[in-house]
Amino acid sequence: MMRLEMKDISIGFPGVKALDRVSFTAETGKVQALIGANGAGKSTLMKVLSGAYSHYTGELHFDGKQAAIRTPRDAASFGIQTVYQEVDTALIPYLTVGENILVTHEKAFINWGLLHRKAEEILKSIHVNVPSKKLVQDLTLAEKQMVLIARAISTECRFLILDEPTAPLSHTETQELFRIVRDLKKKDVGVIFISHRLPEIFEICDQITIMRNGRLVSNHEISQITQNEVIEKMLGEKLVEQFPSRKSSIGEKMLEVRGLYDQEKIQDIHLHVREGEIVGIAGLVGAGKTELCKTLFGHTRITAGEVLLKGRNLNLKSPHQAVKNGIALVPEERRKEGVLVEEAVSVNLSAASLGQFAGGLSFLDFKAERGKSGEIVKSLGIKTPALETKVKNLSGGNQQKIAIGKWLLADADLYIFDEPTKGVDVGAKKDIFDLIAGLAGRGKAVIYASSELTEIMGVTDRIYVLYDGRTVKELETRKTNEEELLFYSTGGN
Amino acid sequence: MELQAKQKVKPKFELFDFLYKYGTILTIFILIGIFSAANSSFIQGHNIVNILRSISIVTIIAIGITISLAVNGFDLSVGSVASLSNAIVISMFVWFSQNTLVAIVSALAASIVVGLFNSFLIVKLKIPDMLLTLAAMFIIQGIALTYTKGATISENMVMPDGTFAEGKISPLFTKIGQVPWIIIIMVLAVAAVHIFLTYTKHGRYMYVIGGNLEAAKLSGIPVSKYKIWAYVLSAIFASIGGIVLASRVMTAEINAGSPYLMDSVAAAFIGFSVLGSGKPNAIGTFVGAVLIGILQNGLVMMSVPYYSMDIVKGGVLAFALGLTYYRQRH
Repeated sequence: MMRLEMKDISIGFPGVKALDRVSFTAETGKVQALIGANGAGKSTLMKVLSGAYSHYTGELHFDGKQAAIRTPRDAASFGIQTVYQEVDTALIPYLTVGENILVTHEKAFINWGLLHRKAEEILKSIHVNVPSKKLVQDLTLAEKQMVLIARAISTECRFLILDEPTAPLSHTETQELFRIVRDLKKKDVGVIFISHRLPEIFEICDQITIMRNGRLVSNHEISQITQNEVIEKMLGEKLVEQFPSRKSSIGEKMLEVRGLYDQEKIQDIHLHVREGEIVGIAGLVGAGKTELCKTLFGHTRITAGEVLLKGRNLNLKSPHQAVKNGIALVPEERRKEGVLVEEAVSVNLSAASLGQFAGGLSFLDFKAERGKSGEIVKSLGIKTPALETKVKNLSGGNQQKIAIGKWLLADADLYIFDEPTKGVDVGAKKDIFDLIAGLAGRGKAVIYASSELTEIMGVTDRIYVLYDGRTVKELETRKTNEEELLFYSTGGN
Repeated sequence: MELQAKQKVKPKFELFDFLYKYGTILTIFILIGIFSAANSSFIQGHNIVNILRSISIVTIIAIGITISLAVNGFDLSVGSVASLSNAIVISMFVWFSQNTLVAIVSALAASIVVGLFNSFLIVKLKIPDMLLTLAAMFIIQGIALTYTKGATISENMVMPDGTFAEGKISPLFTKIGQVPWIIIIMVLAVAAVHIFLTYTKHGRYMYVIGGNLEAAKLSGIPVSKYKIWAYVLSAIFASIGGIVLASRVMTAEINAGSPYLMDSVAAAFIGFSVLGSGKPNAIGTFVGAVLIGILQNGLVMMSVPYYSMDIVKGGVLAFALGLTYYRQRH
């Protein structure tokens, strides 16, 4: 057994103190959970451990001996490997699985037979059934993740950091991942598991470390603490009712979709949404929720069927037309599609509604832009040092609030939310639910697509279940339950 | 502003921030100091005018590249467009005895066609910008050569049928390439594009598209339209550069615009680092062109042979890029 200790780790970035004397321990052969709200400093702490930053203060010890980790190479020499959430950035899509696994330790000449044999061996050792000669671009997300884990353990791996590994996975895929984690435990690898999903943490982890605002809150044996206690410690306050209670007043029909098809995924979609109504699109990962949202927003081409907004047939050819017609989409992939990470907060917030800040000859009114963005920052509780701060310096939850905030400035009639709480902490989640309820209260029509069935049950009035690209069932939220949703989502009928 | 006050983490970082923001401008002043010390006539008025005149064409073409860079594109065809415009303008006078207006409008019209051609293939067929404009560079160069039949066009040139060309270049047109107009045109181009990119909705949209195409699309910005505009504007500025060049040399030599491509690209990229903007911008591009112009002028005065000049130019570009990208990584 080996023991890793991080002592009094502090690190700062321009304008932010990200970690403040945080201590953390992990042991090989154990699964250590690391949990905290967005911006609590989990990822930063793990980046220190994996050598991504060199300007921290504090000490690292392995089995009591001091160690210096300032570069990724140092981290690797101590057997620390990381599987980041964005698996695609870590893999080379047009190379085979085997090449990706053994990419870093090949000799000058490649012995292809040996390479694939070795890779197969590694994959087999964690019971993963992916052919070594397959191209990585042909794998599913879950398989890619497993390839990354295989790559990590192909080296001398003592500690494996899994950063929100289950967020994009389906239920079965998650179970598969957990089986691998248990295998690794038996092989005396220490797993550090970062997740927002408490039930998973309680299922797989042995110990838990809770962080808040860049500080360590406490360490516990997982058996000594309950889920609610964890949430209280994460938030630093008593857990209140997550979902807003609201009285929906439902008006005229806003959106009607008849027999909609896109080029590949979406088939024969029928649905409608009324003013002041929140309609859930429930479905598992891969059911076609994102595709449906993007098709309604004019981003993917419609091959058959029609979309009517306020009774008018919309023949959307681009998101530009959708926005002009009063449709807003908060996309699932926040960093890739929702925000401009290199731009300031105010630029992000005004991006969808710049017309209202442009006067004669399209000159921008910077003062009005600042004013309005300031209002949004305040009303959504976005934590940012200034309006000029680049969005990449903000935490995930705050980025999501910005992705939503820009549509509040744009003032649409129909709001489409695609997995709006993905990677968002409990506190920010509640803010987002309140916000969505507020929109419906103002008579807006809302579509809420998510694979988190609890959330669908908590916020919506009515639900369509999506299975394999089709609307298979329409349910009224107060007359159904999670079990029934899951039943239809998994293809039951 | 509030944020910068909090940035005082370590002195080492402050020094780098300072270099990052003012490094390029500092370099210019240091160069001016060195060159003036070596040769006092460097700092005299007529030499400064000389430098400004010499960078005018590079700046104008670089301004076009800046616009294409703003949408995260890259227009390599600008040198060829300048050559083509040069050839068209001179031929309109010399071959067809047209007036100044017709000559200039024809050149601009041709460049707009090129811009539309570029943007159509980039936007509709999704060919990567740099590859497509590389292809366009050859095509346009070939068209210009074919149009001039591989010959230099000048007044009184011998035509294929043995007669002399009768057209004259209008005296009005010759003014464009002379001081002060050549400098005024440059300053106007820089000012117009600076205002366009920084203070208008359209400029903001271009930066947003350049920053994250997918997010821009999903924010409802008509991405294709702006990309088309960017390439058309880029071609138009290249064409203006070619017209100024035509007026300055009064002939249309083969591929006269090509040498301006690389200097313009360098100016635009040096511009990224000016005042720490980290993105393409008109003022920065101008400063980049000034830097290159001073280097060129000063080195000539110090009797550095012309064939060694590119070493220094490339070195300065590498330095400026170093400033920009080192910062982006850290």
